[in-house]
Amino acid sequence: MQEMTLPSTPWVWYRRWLAPALVVLLIMLAGLIPKLVDKQNVWNLFFLICLNITLGQSWNILAGFAGQTSLGHAAFFGIGSLVTRLLWLDSVPFIAAFLVGGLAAVAFAMLIGAPTFRLRGAYFSIGTLGVAEVLRITVSQNLPLISTMPAVQIAGYDLPLRYYAALGLALATIAAAWLLLRSQWSLGILAVREDEEAAQASGVHVLRHKLLALAISAFFAGLAGGIFAFQQISYYLSAPFDPTWTFDALLIVFFGGLGTLVGPVLGAIFFVLVHEQLAVRLVDVHQVIFGILFILIVLVFPGGLVEAWERLKKSQRLTRVKNAIRRSLFTHPDRT
Amino acid sequence: MSLESVMQTLLFGLFVGGIYGIAAMGLALVFGVLKVLNVAHGELLMFGGYISFWVFTTLGIDPFVSLLIGIPALFLTGLILDRVVFRHVVRLAGEEKIKNSLLISFGLTLVLQNLALRVFTADDRTIQVAYTGAGVSLFGVMLPFARLASLIIALVTILVIHFFLRRSYPGKAILATAEDWEAAELAGINIHRVYMMTFALGASLAAIAGTLVTIAYGISPTVGLAWTLKALIVVVLAGTGSILGAFPAGLLLGVVEALSGILVGASYREVIGLVIFLAVLLLRPQGLFGRT
Repeated sequence: MQEMTLPSTPWVWYRRWLAPALVVLLIMLAGLIPKLVDKQNVWNLFFLICLNITLGQSWNILAGFAGQTSLGHAAFFGIGSLVTRLLWLDSVPFIAAFLVGGLAAVAFAMLIGAPTFRLRGAYFSIGTLGVAEVLRITVSQNLPLISTMPAVQIAGYDLPLRYYAALGLALATIAAAWLLLRSQWSLGILAVREDEEAAQASGVHVLRHKLLALAISAFFAGLAGGIFAFQQISYYLSAPFDPTWTFDALLIVFFGGLGTLVGPVLGAIFFVLVHEQLAVRLVDVHQVIFGILFILIVLVFPGGLVEAWERLKKSQRLTRVKNAIRRSLFTHPDRT
Repeated sequence: MSLESVMQTLLFGLFVGGIYGIAAMGLALVFGVLKVLNVAHGELLMFGGYISFWVFTTLGIDPFVSLLIGIPALFLTGLILDRVVFRHVVRLAGEEKIKNSLLISFGLTLVLQNLALRVFTADDRTIQVAYTGAGVSLFGVMLPFARLASLIIALVTILVIHFFLRRSYPGKAILATAEDWEAAELAGINIHRVYMMTFALGASLAAIAGTLVTIAYGISPTVGLAWTLKALIVVVLAGTGSILGAFPAGLLLGVVEALSGILVGASYREVIGLVIFLAVLLLRPQGLFGRT
């Protein structure tokens, strides 16, 4: 019967601060990881989680909030990593190279977004897919090199520093998504997702809102690419343009929950943990399994983990109500 | 630059364009009828290519003749894929359907590509037949037999498809469904059977394209996405409703790419296709041959 009574004032106070306190606690815990655990592979795992949160959340801003399904996220990631890497190894300070990388991705996104957004959603998907693939081919043909850090950099290689950078970026991306949802722009962006014609009819500048979402999305994807360039000791310059980066972002967001703030975070954690397990045990077929899993999620469970949680909560509430009714019906009033 | 070498480039553009046309026609057919955008079309093409490669290397059957095995094999694959995967998307409405089909086929792309990597290994495979490299010279322009035969097969294919769609009952049912599926269903057409047939037909066209690709360039598990993209560019060029227009649009793209290869260098040739794609989307969204 206790559940049915009205909550008292301290309970409300507690409920209100529960989520923020939990978030702060988690951030503090994430910040202390390099101090708490002294294992290279654990640091690496947390680095990957942060990178993938950024990748997923940045795709989510565009596809989940604005409803524009980009299939070329790898292009923004790739441009960010390419620009950052080349500038950084050319002795530009990392922070400057990093920001220029993000801005380069935005510039490119605007170039492709302006023409493709004028048409219906599918063309944007095809356009971005095309851009990403053409970029990959062009980069791998013109820069078929492995980029390796200079010996000085490798000698002073500091993984916790990379981890903090990735953590900071992941938090910044989540914060940006949160602020975007609270800003005056959010109504327009969500309206565009729900019904473009209706949004247009009620005075929303559709193209401008789409471009805004695209710019934010590309910026953070580009920065994620920059972090990748910062972390990798050596890699093919064309590797970040590979369509698997797009696919990872899609998978993470659909795992967690499209269009939600926490979805990409849950999705990234789940994805990295499962990926590590599968990659060790089933080296050859783990991508096949992920592909099939993705198709199943889109077909059967498009809401992801967040929706699963919501359903669970609802069903709990349902059983609680059921229990209350049962008790009131079957328990003698004198005994309560 | 001599006239001969320009003619030669143009001719090779036509040869490549024929393959583009066949690849794009399969995609356009599926897009036009099911209103489903199958990004995994290039992967079907890749499987078709591997079939002719393996049939040639293990049984010694000529790659052109191996189409008799490749087409039914991909037809069957198409039937299965439609039944297992795409049947669930077709029910959705309009924009949602295109979006979900894009996502699902994107997942399918990765499944098929990694499956191919596992089964066929990452090696580039090429076919060396007795007539590879042989050809006739006409006014200083080289005409390789294999490429000429490919173009003829592409032309025969489009004629067959044309007469199938325009003259036969199932073909007319397909066109009717593309026009208006609700009216087609009211007229007594079993649209689910039409969808299944169309998807399988699209996959068979991918098998033909794959064989031609293997003969001309060789095949590897990662070629799929590049061919999907080429096919998409051609489909947009032709106009998304136009199934038969895909072939001339493919020829056009082949020639334009070949000529631009002379102008900007081969390593930036891919960019030209994309620029054309964006320009057509901006200036003529209904396509070059499409009606408004």
